[in-house]
Amino acid sequence: MRWLFIKDLQILRRSPLLVGLLIVYPIAIALMIGFALSSPPGKPKVAFYSGVAPGKGTISFGSQKINVSDDASQLLQSITPIRVHSREAAIAKVRSGEALAALIVPADIPQQIQSLVSTGVGSPTVELILNSKDPLERQFADQAINARLADVEQAVSKQVLRVAVSDLQQVLNGGSIQFLGQNVPLLGLRNSRTVLRGTIASLPPGSPLRVALQQVVGFADLAIQGLSFATPVLGSIGTPLTVNRTELAGSTTPTDAYAVAIAVIVSLMFLALLLAAGMLAIEREEQTYLRLVRGLISPGRLLSEKIGLAAACAGGVTLVMAACVSAFVHLEWGRFPLWMISLALAALAFGALGVAIGALAREVRAASLLAFLMALPIAFVALVPANAVSGGLHAVLDAVAFVFPFKAALQAAGNAFNGSAPGIGWPLLHLAILTAVFWVIARISLRRFAQ
Amino acid sequence: MTTVAATGPPSSTLTARSLTKQFGARTALSSVSFELSVGELVAVIGPNGAGKTTLLSILAGVQRATSGEVTLAPERIGWVPQQPALYSKLSVAENLRLFARLEKLADTESAVERMLTQTDLEQRAGEEVGRLSGGNQQRLNIAIGLLSEPAALLLDEPSSSLDPRQRERLWTFVGGLAGRGTTVVFSTHNVAEAERYADRVIVLADGELLFIGTPPELEGTVGGDPRDFETAFVRFLHSRGH
Ligand SMILES: Nc1ncnc2c1ncn2[C@@H]1O[C@H](COP(=O)(O)OP(=O)(O)OP(=O)(O)O)[C@@H](O)[C@H]1O
Ligand SMILES: [Mg+2]
Repeated sequence: MRWLFIKDLQILRRSPLLVGLLIVYPIAIALMIGFALSSPPGKPKVAFYSGVAPGKGTISFGSQKINVSDDASQLLQSITPIRVHSREAAIAKVRSGEALAALIVPADIPQQIQSLVSTGVGSPTVELILNSKDPLERQFADQAINARLADVEQAVSKQVLRVAVSDLQQVLNGGSIQFLGQNVPLLGLRNSRTVLRGTIASLPPGSPLRVALQQVVGFADLAIQGLSFATPVLGSIGTPLTVNRTELAGSTTPTDAYAVAIAVIVSLMFLALLLAAGMLAIEREEQTYLRLVRGLISPGRLLSEKIGLAAACAGGVTLVMAACVSAFVHLEWGRFPLWMISLALAALAFGALGVAIGALAREVRAASLLAFLMALPIAFVALVPANAVSGGLHAVLDAVAFVFPFKAALQAAGNAFNGSAPGIGWPLLHLAILTAVFWVIARISLRRFAQ
Repeated sequence: MTTVAATGPPSSTLTARSLTKQFGARTALSSVSFELSVGELVAVIGPNGAGKTTLLSILAGVQRATSGEVTLAPERIGWVPQQPALYSKLSVAENLRLFARLEKLADTESAVERMLTQTDLEQRAGEEVGRLSGGNQQRLNIAIGLLSEPAALLLDEPSSSLDPRQRERLWTFVGGLAGRGTTVVFSTHNVAEAERYADRVIVLADGELLFIGTPPELEGTVGGDPRDFETAFVRFLHSRGH
């Protein structure tokens, strides 16, 4: 096996064009994908739960009402809401990856807003739960929701202020309100007080009404003072909504490091796939395969040799690539052993996929073409943001992504570079299992096609 | 001259028993049996698609027979496929060295030297195989089949890409091998070559073994007065409905 390995390296060294292409092409593709991904389109899927009972979302301010539900539905325009019926259900949607985030509106929000507006005390709070599994998507969802929340906040506070201030002005100074299409004049507290004072003066001095009306005037004085004071309190409510942000699944990868992981894994995929598929196909094309497997080396060991070769080359090149990129993007050098392990396992898995492809093709050209044709969809399927496609299709894409090494490789590398969620254990195990599975598939197709 | 003790009848090296090969519904070989002796030189002849390559591949252990058995283990058989099976990016010596190592020969370098001398490729040792002529590639192809000094050597149409001079050298070389006790089986479409060099011929047609014996015996079966062996062979096939 060692000698075959050395022989393959010799062959590679003597094919400079191939090697050049193998290095240039994946880097070009990686850059393209990086650009394409930097601005994801569409509306993010957000699980939405409102604890406010239907019909209870209305807050009254004097003569006018604000419907909290209307404002919420305005928020929902910029996302694709998945309506659920409890807070737990909303969180579960995020955990399962079905939703990028969950927005939870608690039952007491109308009261909180009402109390904030009328007494200045109260903290209407909505809860935003973000999925930190995928930094690109998290950033996407966070931005979309934040922008809308700010809009809603502004709308609510403006409306509250407008309503409250104009009501107060009317209560204090009088005015007119539209009622059933008619202008109904309002007297206003100040005018009422003047009218009352006139009335008191015109009453006979011993009239018991004098005392009663004097009390009403006293109340009006107090009310005028209190309401005049209330206006600045209302003005201070600039941001009535508090957003309570929680991230599920722990820590996060900064998007830059994630982009590096994508570029590295794309390059690794092309290198490992093409090398493994091509080097196995060479054995078939040069007719040496039959010579080797008649007692010199078993087909299984031959496959292992090709996988090892592809993994060594692809893993080595991409490790250097990551090290170079770390000059521009922060990657955690302290986790370097994990870089090596994750790139090695990823390269093994892609190498195994490569020999499975190579076992199907008898010539190098056919094998390379097949590998190229498969590589791009494999990457894209794993990178499609959950919200960009319908739920059913996404489930299919997820299943497809699960049987190819790209997603697991990306998770492993992402974690290795920056400790991002999810952990590194499962992706590595996933890669190891995929390596074994593709090895077996390659072994079976060799038996099937090499008779 | 021969390394084999020639006491009594020549001992058999390679025996095929009822070899049958099916490719789906097609029968490429049907119950082929024969017994070959040490140092014997045997030609397999027959029309295209007769099953010659299939027979040699099964003897070599490259293909598995659907039923039947071969007595000699594949490790003791050298195999030279119809198309050269070589790494075209490696040099002549590198190819030899690689296969010598894979064969786990005790002394790799002396085996490489020996094969370079035997096939007269010393001058070309460092040359990339892809740049060699077809004839030289075929020589290297044969040399690799001989690296492990096998008891039997199987050659599938070894002379088809060679010019007359090279062909002459090939048969001299192969004759020398047989003389030293290696059993040699080769397939060919050049019937005159079979008559000239082979001790016995095996005639295959549509997967069936129609004849095994010496060339004069084959001529004898058709009777009359054939002008040459080729005419006799064609007449023989015709008489058997092929
Ligand atoms: N892998 C295969 N799959 C299906 N059929 C096959 C396969 N290999 C050979 N055959 C069939 O078996 C028969 C014998 O083929 P084989 O190559 O042994 O003939 P041959 O005598 O060597 O012919 P030629 O003189 O042209 O080299 C043919 O009919 C061929 O089509
Ligand atoms: Mg043939």
